[in-house]
Amino acid sequence: MSEHQINPSADQDRRDFLKTSAGLAGLALAPGVLLYGATAYGRPADEPASSKVRWGMLIDTTKCSSGCNDCVTACNTENGLSGKTGPQDSQWIRKVHIKNLQNGVEHDLPMMCQHCENPPCVDVCPTGASFKRADGIVLVDRHICIGCRYCMMACPYKARSFVHEPLHDQVPDVPRGKGCVEACTFCVQRVDKDEQPACVEACDKAQHGAMLFGDLNDPSSAIAKAVKTYTSTEVRADLGLNTGVRYQGI
Amino acid sequence: MARFARWLKLAVLLGVAAVSAAPLQQASAEVNLPGLENHKGTKCVDDEDYIRRHHPDLLRHHRTEVVHQGIRTQKYSLEGCVECHASKKTGSVASAKDDFCVACHNYVGVQLTCWDCHASKPGKSDVVPSEAARTSPMMTSVQSEGHSQ
Repeated sequence: MSEHQINPSADQDRRDFLKTSAGLAGLALAPGVLLYGATAYGRPADEPASSKVRWGMLIDTTKCSSGCNDCVTACNTENGLSGKTGPQDSQWIRKVHIKNLQNGVEHDLPMMCQHCENPPCVDVCPTGASFKRADGIVLVDRHICIGCRYCMMACPYKARSFVHEPLHDQVPDVPRGKGCVEACTFCVQRVDKDEQPACVEACDKAQHGAMLFGDLNDPSSAIAKAVKTYTSTEVRADLGLNTGVRYQGI
Repeated sequence: MARFARWLKLAVLLGVAAVSAAPLQQASAEVNLPGLENHKGTKCVDDEDYIRRHHPDLLRHHRTEVVHQGIRTQKYSLEGCVECHASKKTGSVASAKDDFCVACHNYVGVQLTCWDCHASKPGKSDVVPSEAARTSPMMTSVQSEGHSQ
């Protein structure tokens, strides 16, 4: 009986404690919510990229204009590339013109790192410099890259470039240097700030709207909806790489 | 051989005498320490002695987090260092021998390769010095007086 007398008060204490904790948690949550709203896909700066997200791009080749080079220019500006197209110059994104010789259908499309789910460049890298980030962005860690260029040979999209000469005046957000392989990063420095890649922004600015960037894993995102609605294809789908960049209209 | 041993003993004795006799301040006054320019902020992101000794480790750790995981905190960001320490004359931390990084690294004879790839000048980056770096009234002797320790 005495236990019964003690227990209610203990229960009351526990209730009070829980109420107080819940109140405190609520208070703590408020700045947390603000923080979440301000950063990339609810990811604060001190949290690692999550595999719940898969960044992808959908390119509508029917909207891509044949004379337009804005995506390439924007990429060069954003990442500090020279814009030259010689055999030893870095090109992270190229405009490609394709023609079906049988029926004469022509397409223009931007081609860059396809950010494969199963990237061959990562498979062949002997040092671990070529890697896929948790959110699907394929990158080169230049601190580890030894410049062997196996990845360049392995890539079916010819997406990677090698830096042959010393560079100067790099963009602070995009360190680049001699002796390393590099490629499109989906403008990871922008994506981490909840911004669009430079090429997508430029395409929208030119009012073509041929490039759509977003989270393929999020069913409510524009890209996931578009991929679900329209037929889109991977380039060299036969390789089974499950590319993050998909094309519509080819 | 015996002569060598005698020399060695003498050298050791002299060394011990020099170390024990000379006060630290006097020793540092004799050494021509690298002059470091004043910089934007008033305080480093961490205790300066700690940063001086551990900045390579901190930067290496931070770079791995940034590149592989996308953790872009600003405290130990190299861009943050550049933002604050770029020379007023050259606008860089590493383009002249008196610039912040080069001055010290030359002094200790440690080769510096960060700037082969990284921009040694602040750019359009939106990195801002941390709140502590901007508001703290504390200023250390190295940064405020340049040449003195």
